[in-house]
Amino acid sequence: MLDAAILGAVLASIVAAATTLLLASLGELVAERAGTLNLGVEGMMIVGAAVGYATAYGTGSLLLGTLAAILAGMALSLVFAGLAIWLATNQVASGLATTILGLGVAGLIGAPFVGTRLDGAPALKVPGLTDLPVIGQMLFGQDAFVYASLVLLAAVTYGLARTRVGLVLRAVGESHAAAHALGHPVRRIRTLAVMFGGACAGLAGAHLSLAYTPFWASDMTAGRGWIALALVVFSAWKPLWLLAGAYLFGAVSILQLHVQGFGLGIPSQLLSALPYLATIVALVAISALKRGQGAPASLGVPFVPDR
Amino acid sequence: MPLRLERQENVSGLRLALAPLLALVFTLIVGAIMFVVLGHDPIRAFGIYFVGPLLDPYTLQELVVKAGPLLMIGTGLAFCYRANRWNIGAEGQYVAGAVVGSWLALVTHGTDAGPWVLPAMLVMGALGGALWGLIPAFLRVRFGSSEILTSLMLVYVAQLGLDYLVRGPWKDPDGFNFPQSVTFDANAVMPLLMDEGRLHGGIILALVAVVVATFVLGRTLVGYSIEIGGSAPRAAAFAGFDERRVTYGVFAVSGALAGLAGIIEVAGPIGNLQPSISPGYGFTAIIAAMLGRLHPVGIVVASLVLALTYIGGEAAQISMRLPFDVTRVFQGTLLIAILAADVMVRYRVRRVEGTSHA
Repeated sequence: MLDAAILGAVLASIVAAATTLLLASLGELVAERAGTLNLGVEGMMIVGAAVGYATAYGTGSLLLGTLAAILAGMALSLVFAGLAIWLATNQVASGLATTILGLGVAGLIGAPFVGTRLDGAPALKVPGLTDLPVIGQMLFGQDAFVYASLVLLAAVTYGLARTRVGLVLRAVGESHAAAHALGHPVRRIRTLAVMFGGACAGLAGAHLSLAYTPFWASDMTAGRGWIALALVVFSAWKPLWLLAGAYLFGAVSILQLHVQGFGLGIPSQLLSALPYLATIVALVAISALKRGQGAPASLGVPFVPDR
Repeated sequence: MPLRLERQENVSGLRLALAPLLALVFTLIVGAIMFVVLGHDPIRAFGIYFVGPLLDPYTLQELVVKAGPLLMIGTGLAFCYRANRWNIGAEGQYVAGAVVGSWLALVTHGTDAGPWVLPAMLVMGALGGALWGLIPAFLRVRFGSSEILTSLMLVYVAQLGLDYLVRGPWKDPDGFNFPQSVTFDANAVMPLLMDEGRLHGGIILALVAVVVATFVLGRTLVGYSIEIGGSAPRAAAFAGFDERRVTYGVFAVSGALAGLAGIIEVAGPIGNLQPSISPGYGFTAIIAAMLGRLHPVGIVVASLVLALTYIGGEAAQISMRLPFDVTRVFQGTLLIAILAADVMVRYRVRRVEGTSHA
């Protein structure tokens, strides 16, 4: 039997693992609701991880590292935006290019830091509550990234549904021609949405290299950016469903580690493949159930004003 | 912003051919900046990276050895991308082909099986890659799932599967516990083309694939239905082309060529199964396909250029202690540059009077 302390620790680590995915997928959801499919998430995330780590290591400040990671993610997202939005190139190819470039740049930035370690972001404790059995550590013993991701989720959910900015952004994603005719600057709005996505991916990278595993390793994102993209599809472009998806995937990736630890004779590679297989299953399930419902109508279609 | 892109009606062939050159020049400029930032003399670095490998007969051979898998996979991807199907999991299909083909090499190991082993391995490799590639095609046709994400997820699954095999059931029992299979027998190895170096028969198969693909894509109804299915899906439907068959077909072709490239690499330069059998050929081939403008002959040229970034990267790792990531930066920049250059030659940037937002 699992005792309460172990269960509490497992639940807490699921939340931590889910946070990277939640942050990155929130940003991508906003970009996609404005009509742009950015396959550069993996690249922006790993650049965030590398720049964040290098900055934090050099300055000794996790806050500066996090800010630098956000800016780095945004900077790379501008490369994508320049191509896909302003030059109207193919979005799939542009996103792939962004990811390939990001992996290379991150490797160059991170190379001097291989083998070093940082003190990761500390858990923020609430006296009394953190020591609650089972759920204490999960709810009240997490680092600032976890709470930030939940605040961001609330902000994006509210912002998209209830504010004028959100309304315009969704209009641009549903019908760029109509939004253009109404006088909304379609490409500028899409660029801002993509930059928000870049900032979130950079923040997710910072969470990875400054809190979750506080060191740098090349290719440390290990496909999380792609899983974040799949989560957006899984959520049917609704922010609250991202929470469910991200925590489900966090659970799969943590539980497979624990099963590996028990040594039940299941090949560790099969267990390591579970998050990727689960992604495929989730994509198939959601597309079989919904048949693409919820996707912004202009998603992936470049806007070229012809007037 | 008072700038606007204007599509030009009659773009000359010369202008279109200019795009890859423009992209190369841009990439070299970015590369020079990168070398300066990294604290290296860019002239010397370019010499080691791009000129040195071309002067040495051994590295010239290596250039072709590395271009082989790129142009084979890239040619297959051209089928997909022309049809607007985004197979980005060629790396996984490459691994699947290598695994399935190697199975035969391992079960015939130490027996006196005849010279049929290698051809049978190649066929099995192609089948293995095709089957792996048909998974995302099936999921797209049957359920409408995005082939982009499923094909990519299957890369990780294939790599982990290979890892399991070479650390588990297929590990060489006399291999001092190294995670690799036995070395293939002589009848399971690609023949070498020259007395010295590693140039092997794979390049001939790759060139055959290029010739066949050029013919199929350019001169047959199949090629036409792929092209129309990608650029004008509604017109293709009215013309009676079956969208599902196109999806299955292009994924089977690109998977088969990627799988063939995988088994050739394992039966050629590598010689056995190991946890890592590719320096990212499946992803770099995406760039080769784009840079070669989805035309098999163009992809041959593009693959040679990209192979040079691999060889140059290896040289720079040794003589300048530059990390291999320099090569990835070059490859990523090249893809960005070719996408941008394509627009630049087709459109003209024009200043517009008055206010124009959007």
